[in-house]
Amino acid sequence: MAGLELLSDQGYRVDGRRAGELRKIQARMGVFAQADGSAYIEQGNTKALAVVYGPHEIRGSRSRALPDRALVNCQYSSATFSTGERKRRPHGDRKSCEMGLQLRQTFEAAILTQLHPRSQIDIYVQPLRGVVSLQVLQADGGTYAACVNAATLAVLDAGIPMRDFVCACSAGFVDGTALADLSHVEEAAGGPQLALALLPASGQIALLEMDARLHEDHLEWVLEAAAQAARDVHTLLDRVVRQHVHEASILLGD
Amino acid sequence: MLRSKTFLKKTRTGGVMKIVREHYLRDDIGCGASGCAECGAAHGGPALEPRPQDQASSLWPRPHYLLPDTNVLLHQIDVLEDPAIRNVIVLQTVLQEVRNRSAPVYKRIRDVTNNQEKHFYTFTNEHHRETYVEQEQGENANDRNDRAIRVAAKWYNEHLKKMSAENQLQVIFITNDRKNKEKAVEEGIPAFTCEEYIKSLTANPELIDRLACLSEEGNEIESGKIIFTEHLPLSKLQQGIKSGIYLQGTFRASRENYLEATVWIYGDTEENKEIIVQGLKHLNRAIHEDVVAVELLPKSQWVAPSSVVLQDEGQLEDDVDKEEERAHMLKTAINEKMLKPTGRVVGIIKRNWRPYCGMLSKSDIKESRRHLFTPADKRIPRIRIETRQASVLEGRRIIVAIDGWPRNSRYPNGHFVRNLGDVGEKETETEVLLLEHDVPHQPFSQAVLSFLPKMPWSITENDMKNREDLRHLCVCSVDPPGCTDIDDALHCRELTNGNLEVGVHIADVSHFIRPGNALDQESARRGTTVYLCEKRIDMVPELLSSNLCSLRCDVDRLAFSCIWEMNHSAEILKTRFTKSVINSKASLTYAEAQMRIDSATMNDDITISLRGLNKLAKILKKRRIEKGALTLSSPEVRFHMDSETHDPIDLQTKELRETNSMVEEFMLLANISVAKKIHEEFSEHALLRKHPAPPPSNYEILVKAAKSKNLEIKTDTAKSLADSLDRAESPAFPYLNTLLRILATRCMMQAVYFCSGMDSDFHHYGLASPIYTHFTSPIRRYADIIVHRLLAVAIGADCTYPELTDKHKLADICKNLNFRHKMAQYAQRASVAFHTQLFFKNKGIVSEEAYILFVRKNAIVVLIPKYGLEGTVFFEEKDKPKPQLIYDDETPSLKVEGTIFHVFDKVKVKIMLDSSNLQHQKIRMALVEPQIPGISIPNEISNMDINEPEEKRRKLEK
Ligand SMILES: [Zn+2]
Repeated sequence: MAGLELLSDQGYRVDGRRAGELRKIQARMGVFAQADGSAYIEQGNTKALAVVYGPHEIRGSRSRALPDRALVNCQYSSATFSTGERKRRPHGDRKSCEMGLQLRQTFEAAILTQLHPRSQIDIYVQPLRGVVSLQVLQADGGTYAACVNAATLAVLDAGIPMRDFVCACSAGFVDGTALADLSHVEEAAGGPQLALALLPASGQIALLEMDARLHEDHLEWVLEAAAQAARDVHTLLDRVVRQHVHEASILLGD
Repeated sequence: MLRSKTFLKKTRTGGVMKIVREHYLRDDIGCGASGCAECGAAHGGPALEPRPQDQASSLWPRPHYLLPDTNVLLHQIDVLEDPAIRNVIVLQTVLQEVRNRSAPVYKRIRDVTNNQEKHFYTFTNEHHRETYVEQEQGENANDRNDRAIRVAAKWYNEHLKKMSAENQLQVIFITNDRKNKEKAVEEGIPAFTCEEYIKSLTANPELIDRLACLSEEGNEIESGKIIFTEHLPLSKLQQGIKSGIYLQGTFRASRENYLEATVWIYGDTEENKEIIVQGLKHLNRAIHEDVVAVELLPKSQWVAPSSVVLQDEGQLEDDVDKEEERAHMLKTAINEKMLKPTGRVVGIIKRNWRPYCGMLSKSDIKESRRHLFTPADKRIPRIRIETRQASVLEGRRIIVAIDGWPRNSRYPNGHFVRNLGDVGEKETETEVLLLEHDVPHQPFSQAVLSFLPKMPWSITENDMKNREDLRHLCVCSVDPPGCTDIDDALHCRELTNGNLEVGVHIADVSHFIRPGNALDQESARRGTTVYLCEKRIDMVPELLSSNLCSLRCDVDRLAFSCIWEMNHSAEILKTRFTKSVINSKASLTYAEAQMRIDSATMNDDITISLRGLNKLAKILKKRRIEKGALTLSSPEVRFHMDSETHDPIDLQTKELRETNSMVEEFMLLANISVAKKIHEEFSEHALLRKHPAPPPSNYEILVKAAKSKNLEIKTDTAKSLADSLDRAESPAFPYLNTLLRILATRCMMQAVYFCSGMDSDFHHYGLASPIYTHFTSPIRRYADIIVHRLLAVAIGADCTYPELTDKHKLADICKNLNFRHKMAQYAQRASVAFHTQLFFKNKGIVSEEAYILFVRKNAIVVLIPKYGLEGTVFFEEKDKPKPQLIYDDETPSLKVEGTIFHVFDKVKVKIMLDSSNLQHQKIRMALVEPQIPGISIPNEISNMDINEPEEKRRKLEK
């Protein structure tokens, strides 16, 4: 049996997309009334939920407070059944910690933290189970990107001022072509891939992470594919935000 | 539009996991017809012609496109490849099924699709909004795919109607599946079987011959007597193999006896076991190279390998009983001890059929369309084909493919593929030997060529990244005259500290051939450039081999350099590797380089550099030989023909100069240095080359032969072998040393590529080096490309890719390379043999001096130094009284009617061309001296009586 063909001669990927196309994105804001801000996003089969509390007073030791800006605290918890095979994961495992740290780096760069000195902002994100009806779960590709995008919407929902949206997307490289927004199948194929978080207005890169080695000649193409995809994500998220604001204003009877 | 596809997949732990994959449907996929207003430029490039004219089908006179199903593509690719068949729609559904079922056919379809003249279009129907179908409940995957194909055909016909109603353009569905065809017709889709359609192309009657004849399953039982037992289904075979009832192995037919074969049983660790299969019924339709399952017979039915030569005389009638009688004949007079495990074939695990070269044996029945085809390879059975052009194909070399072997048929059924040309024609025979040795030699496909750099090419700033500029160095190349693919160049200069810097610069082929693309895949498949007498079959396209990668003088070229700092006694002080750009100052021949070194008046930079290299090379060679490296290859004589006159080039010109060995020394040194480096960096994934020491028994012939001349050859180590060969001189017989070295070469094992993580013994016996690889000829050897990639990653000059560090993938590559190199060698020998025949055909019969290399029970093998030609003199001939032969294995010697022959004896033989078998012409040798009455041919008549009528006949022919 021949392996899966990731990119056909006609230029279609396994799921029917062309190289630069995103998976279907659906998102909602304000899904949790208890939180200050919340959002839910679906990118293909990857689903993520983000909840934001704050800005509020520092919890725990006061010494953690920063005199000039807000403390951003990010926690990532992977849903128990979310990465393909059944595996029990204790909380606070290495992967979750790493993901939390990355998110924190990303959002410290985007949130105008100096507006809320000595306070704290908590962001909780969680990728969600794929098929709810069955007890079997699966995560699709681009977990990190979906989490960032959900968190952006949740932070906006909480009304916390940001420099810009943070939009993230993954990209990979197959047969000399850069592919945007990798699906699980494409990630599993083991080629080089990177995840990019971008502030679209300024073009500033908030985070760039790369798995596997990639020749630097190709980096430019893959990076550009990811950046373009992130800008496309921005267009979509922007629409979601406007829609949300519109709905909220109707509810408020404006 | 989005659809989710759900798969159930078993996980490793045995649980069932539901996999949801997204499946996007699109509305921007074009129909592929150029000029379609609705689809616009949605599809890339022109594909289908808007008004296909050329296919005048009597069944469907209006213009049409063809839409074949999977089985038609898989089995009738020979017809589809014909230039007459154009405008074909290949559905994604079909293409993916083909991809899963046959990689070679898939590749052929891709090549056809890339050929713009064929107008093949791949329609991505699985992602088209209107042609995607979901699997229904109770519907299996095959039925679902059949339905998807019909839906797409229907969509096309509606779509084309919209495009241009008056054009009456339609899609014709081609399927050999009766039910599917009926359903299609019901749904209003014009549908024909492949045979119906091809037969309706009245302008191209020759296409019919290329149809694969496939009997529909179940049909075969109705007609004729059943000869063979049924093959068990794969599931039963696998069960049986697991439980040990059956054994799995590769079927190898005997060359001598068509009713006998051996099956090589796969074993994990133990030695491969061999099982004998005898008799037509036990062979049960297995064909050479098939992977089969065999059942072992009870010991009472075991047999011994027969020593009888048995050729299938090939009657068309299926008289099987008679043949079983012949099989019984094999079993008489057998020593109990010689009995070997014997079995019968119960099923086929994998067919390994390929197209076969051969000749037609025209049926005796006039007007018959069924004929037998005799493959050139004697291990392949005759094949029954249907053709109307039998009289045209008679006396030609043709290619035939096997389609199947029904239970009631004595021979497999096949179809005619291609006419190669007349027997004995140079081009035909070259084609035959390439095909028979499985040498890929088709022109490079468009897909492959598309990965070549665009011309005019120049070195860009980007190319210079991670690359050192060495253009200032006085680099030059030294090669045989007329060499256009220059792999290597050298330099040597004195450093300020008094040491010498030596550089070996190798063409940077891996810069141009990137991992995984079509160009890379094709080079990997070819594995090596094949050099025939008058032809070179390149591993990489000519633009690379003879231009961009060739390190010609006075142009900037990319290279991979290995640079050493050495002292004047050739001890390596430092080694470094770097990608570089060089500008060779001179492309010299060995003779030119030698002349520069020798002439005292020349003192330019190039000459000084050459002298430095030469001095160091001599020291390196001495040291290597002291360590026990063998020099066997140099005296081996090679038969080379002048391409114009077919005269053998004088052997004196092949004599080696110092400069030959100078270049060789540095190549060896570079290969060893690189081998060490890549093994250091990739202990598990280094591609290396080893040469195992031969088992002592291999040397018996050599030792005995030397002893008969009172010489002693020691074989305990490579060093003692080398030394004793050096001492083995006889003043009265100067050629003896060469003969001994030739014999020694025959005792050697084959050197092979391997992956360091899969083996523990790295030793290279012939070079007396603990580690070795190939780095210096990436233009003509794929192994070197992999080694370049490994080295580039090791020094951080290039990136890695997953397959490079996968030792199983690497082992697969090695396996293919070893196979290709062996085949290239055989093809080369076959080419030399053919040109030798041509030479002697023109020259007539000649008598020459020869030396005996081996004595056999009924023959002597001789070498004729003048032509470097080896041949066998048989003492037993058909229709002649058998002479008295006494063979002594110890000496070894053969006594023929009182005359004794020893190894190395000088004899005189007559060389002539034997054309009694048109398909297998060969050189025959007959003894002239010493004279043995009734055996040897008298000398005097040889050059007159036999030659003359030959010449007369030739004149008459003209
Ligand atoms: Zn169209």
